[in-house]
Amino acid sequence: MYIPSYRAAISAEYAKPTTAVKLKKKVRISESVIQTLLFLCGAISVLITLGIVVVLGRESLLFFASEEVTLAKFLGTFKWQPAIGEFGIWPLVNATLMTTVIAMLVAIPLGLGVAIFLSEYATPKQRSTLKPILEVLAGIPTVVYGYFALTFMTPLLRSIFGQNMVEVYNTASAGLVMGILILPLVSSMAEDALAAVPNSLREASYAMGATKLETAVSVVVPAAISGLAAAVIIGVSRAIGETMIVALAAGAGPAFTFNPFKAAETMTGHIVRISGGDLSYDSLDYNSIFAIGLMLFLLTLSLNLLSRRIVKRFREVYE
Amino acid sequence: MTAETGIQTGTLPDGDQRYRQLQRRHRRGRIWLVIFQASTIVGIIALAMLLYTIVNDSFGLVAIQNKVEPSELAIDGVALDELTHEQLFTILKANISKGVLARMEHEQPFDERSREDVLDLVYERVVQPTILSSWSLSDSILRRRAIQAEAARDFPQAKLEFRSWLSLDFIRSPQSPTPATAGVRTALLGSLWMIAITILFAFPLGVGAAIYLEEYANDSFINRVISTNINNLAGVPSIIYGILGLAIFVRGLAPLTSGTLLGISDPTTSNGRTILSAAMTLALLVLPLIIINAQEAIRAVPRSLREASYALGATRWQTTWFHVLPSALPGVLTGTILAMSRAIGETAPLVVIGASTFIAVDPNGPFSKFTALPIQIYQWTARPQGQFRNIAAAAIIVLLVLLLSLNASAILLRNRTNRSF
Repeated sequence: MYIPSYRAAISAEYAKPTTAVKLKKKVRISESVIQTLLFLCGAISVLITLGIVVVLGRESLLFFASEEVTLAKFLGTFKWQPAIGEFGIWPLVNATLMTTVIAMLVAIPLGLGVAIFLSEYATPKQRSTLKPILEVLAGIPTVVYGYFALTFMTPLLRSIFGQNMVEVYNTASAGLVMGILILPLVSSMAEDALAAVPNSLREASYAMGATKLETAVSVVVPAAISGLAAAVIIGVSRAIGETMIVALAAGAGPAFTFNPFKAAETMTGHIVRISGGDLSYDSLDYNSIFAIGLMLFLLTLSLNLLSRRIVKRFREVYE
Repeated sequence: MTAETGIQTGTLPDGDQRYRQLQRRHRRGRIWLVIFQASTIVGIIALAMLLYTIVNDSFGLVAIQNKVEPSELAIDGVALDELTHEQLFTILKANISKGVLARMEHEQPFDERSREDVLDLVYERVVQPTILSSWSLSDSILRRRAIQAEAARDFPQAKLEFRSWLSLDFIRSPQSPTPATAGVRTALLGSLWMIAITILFAFPLGVGAAIYLEEYANDSFINRVISTNINNLAGVPSIIYGILGLAIFVRGLAPLTSGTLLGISDPTTSNGRTILSAAMTLALLVLPLIIINAQEAIRAVPRSLREASYALGATRWQTTWFHVLPSALPGVLTGTILAMSRAIGETAPLVVIGASTFIAVDPNGPFSKFTALPIQIYQWTARPQGQFRNIAAAAIIVLLVLLLSLNASAILLRNRTNRSF
């Protein structure tokens, strides 16, 4: 920060003071105490991250240190049943990936469609009414979406595809509703990216005789591609960490299946189910949620870092 | 596209051909416009369906069967609702066991209870209405005849009436194992306690960190680490914070969070699964949000204000405290309210740190066990019986109204104190 001390020096010379003016910076104790306190406030965020890493890491080590669990078993087998010593993580990962893919199949096309409509086609009046509606969608707590999945989406799927085809708990219902949840996140980030493309590009395209669609698809979207990719990646990261929808609608019980109409427990759903019961602190179950939590944390963290990297690296800079 | 438009090849189509090509391009534009519009409409329909489902389950017909009909309790032709305090007490005495009566007397002497209170007791203990079946609002309106026939066939003793699951009683009464009498009082109070303590922790820390980053920090390595870190923390799934809270606040700091260290709670029965633990966990969760919002608000204060203050000889803290913060305050508060509304709907971390599922006593301080509104919704939704769905829907409406009023106050605050420099 810039402190105009030289001005004091100049004015001191012109005023020709009778007593000597000390031009040395005065040390104020209260000021430095306050600065230290504020620094500590900022440092707490680093402590939180360290806390997450240390806690998750330590308990995960305990998990892998127990005789029954080996890393080979963890990553190499396809059954998760801690009660009988089966510790293959893949059923949980597979269910998480299924719900995430289904959610993104909904959220990416719809989110990009909404973003292109709002940024390229909508009149200011349309935008000012539509954006708050989407923001409402983003502000609804996820447990409400879980309720929606269980009481609306699942019966709907069951009436379309047949009661025998679709189980009461299934990944399709959870994934579809999760897509609705992520839609406003993707659309608002994507719209910001599209809106950042300067108008001169669009006008140049129109001047060459391109239609509105051709301008949007072949000029504006490529120019904003880094922002769009970041929006999609953040959406994926959000879908992986999403908990309440899958806890309510995807089913309770790990199952290795690729059928979206069957029940399967995701990583987050498993953590909720295990910790929801009365959990004793020294059980393998307790340690296992930390191992799963660590995987979740690393996965979402790397996706978030990737999206920031993409934005930084591939952003087109216009004057 | 190149081959079709032919622009790059240098042979521009002519006359009729050009007209047809132009038409084709415009048609394609119109089709895609419809697609883009449709995706927006799908979003709005989703929101509408969500609200419809909730409202649909919150109201509707129910089949109620009374153990004793109120008409049988009428004395000398005076209906039950019109009876005096003494008459109601006599009915109560005649119909319930002495032990239960003595316990009620012990809780609060009958002489001190109001007439309405005793009437409620008569309904609860003597009339004992049970809901046998419930129907959704849309069914109640569109298929009224069919429902009446169905109810007459299946529950000949029962009376069909319209019930609003969301009512003052629902908000006032505590949790209960029967859906008909259950309410959200304990959950609502738990949520309010929790959110108040969360703000107590998160607001000063968050604003302090934002001030540091915006007003004090130079571009050193450690400061860059701090600000990158805050952005990353905002993207960590909420359930991870729950796991962190479970390990640190519930287990690690159990003596502190259970209140035994301060001698408030009984060490033999208490554990770390308290309001305090939950609030500290949520404080960690919303801290990045508060910091990022506060940073933006502080950044919007123009430099000229600071320089004017420095020119008058103010120190950095004096400038920050007397000039920057007051100007940034509306923005900071708006961000804090939005963070609060995020915290109030957060469910996953609370499940993980072990919010209790069945609490019928009001929370009375930071060290009491608690349940929260979203936890209650989760519990009720997860149950298979239809009537729990009804009260889950009613609880969702309470939660959404709470969120809506928070957000509305944030918008009001922003609009009223919006000043331009």
